[in-house]
Amino acid sequence: MLTAIAFILFSSLLILSALMVIASRNPVHSVLFLIAAFFNAVALFVLLGAEFLAMILMVVYVGAVAVLFLFVVMMLDIDFAEFKRGGTRYLPLGLLIGGGLAIELGIVAFLVFGPATQRSVPHATTGGLTNTAALGRILYTDYVYYFETAGLILLVAMIGAIVLTLRHRTGVKRQSIGQQNAREPATAVHLVDVLPGQGG
Amino acid sequence: MHIGLADYLLVAGILFTIGVLGIFLNRKNVIIILMSIELILLAVNINFVAFSAYSGNLVGQVFALFVLTVAAAESAIGLAILVVYFRNRGTIAVEDVNQMKG
Repeated sequence: MLTAIAFILFSSLLILSALMVIASRNPVHSVLFLIAAFFNAVALFVLLGAEFLAMILMVVYVGAVAVLFLFVVMMLDIDFAEFKRGGTRYLPLGLLIGGGLAIELGIVAFLVFGPATQRSVPHATTGGLTNTAALGRILYTDYVYYFETAGLILLVAMIGAIVLTLRHRTGVKRQSIGQQNAREPATAVHLVDVLPGQGG
Repeated sequence: MHIGLADYLLVAGILFTIGVLGIFLNRKNVIIILMSIELILLAVNINFVAFSAYSGNLVGQVFALFVLTVAAAESAIGLAILVVYFRNRGTIAVEDVNQMKG
């Protein structure tokens, strides 16, 4: 009963936040509602017993991706009000496609999976282990190549993002350690003989 | 009242639909489109985890982990491209992205 109440609370908050993400006028508000949606999804994952994925979702999405979005939104100086003009031109098409998709997904959810699984409960998949331990046990053995591939994808993404945004700006004073070390007192120090009364 | 698999699937379906709708609704703003893609991937992840929990198979959660990895990489690269594009053109309007058109 408590689980049902929690599920309804978190899922309705999730859907509300997701609606605000796409309906909000200010992109900063959109990012903040995206963070709220991620938090509610984390709660849903905990309800499903996937604690490890919940924590990873919190760290990766809320900690990294959402903050990245926030940085970009605040860094780019864009007139966002301009985007909103004439924005409802594609609304009928979007409603058509989105509504059709929602109806199809609802049909699948309730006709195919509804009656058969209505009384089923989330299984204890782990055989006495915690979720994290069980996940690690299969991630590092059966799926280790996929795990390495995921690491490779992240490496490529990191290098790509750095290469894309790196730029060499001219006219910026930089430290040159070679030049600094090559300086000698003979070239760096000038002794000036100042006459009395003329030093001012 | 009992919460079954179909309820989770319904929530994920609604979330997916909101994501698709967001792409159409904010056609001009790339940042909102990227956020809509994140919502879509979140819906897919909820589906994977729900199926994994209700069928008693952990492989779904492993795959959800990979979806999460790809989503993080995609948003990082997408935002980097966005920053470079803004630096070069001074705008991020999707309709103006036609430099490669012959």
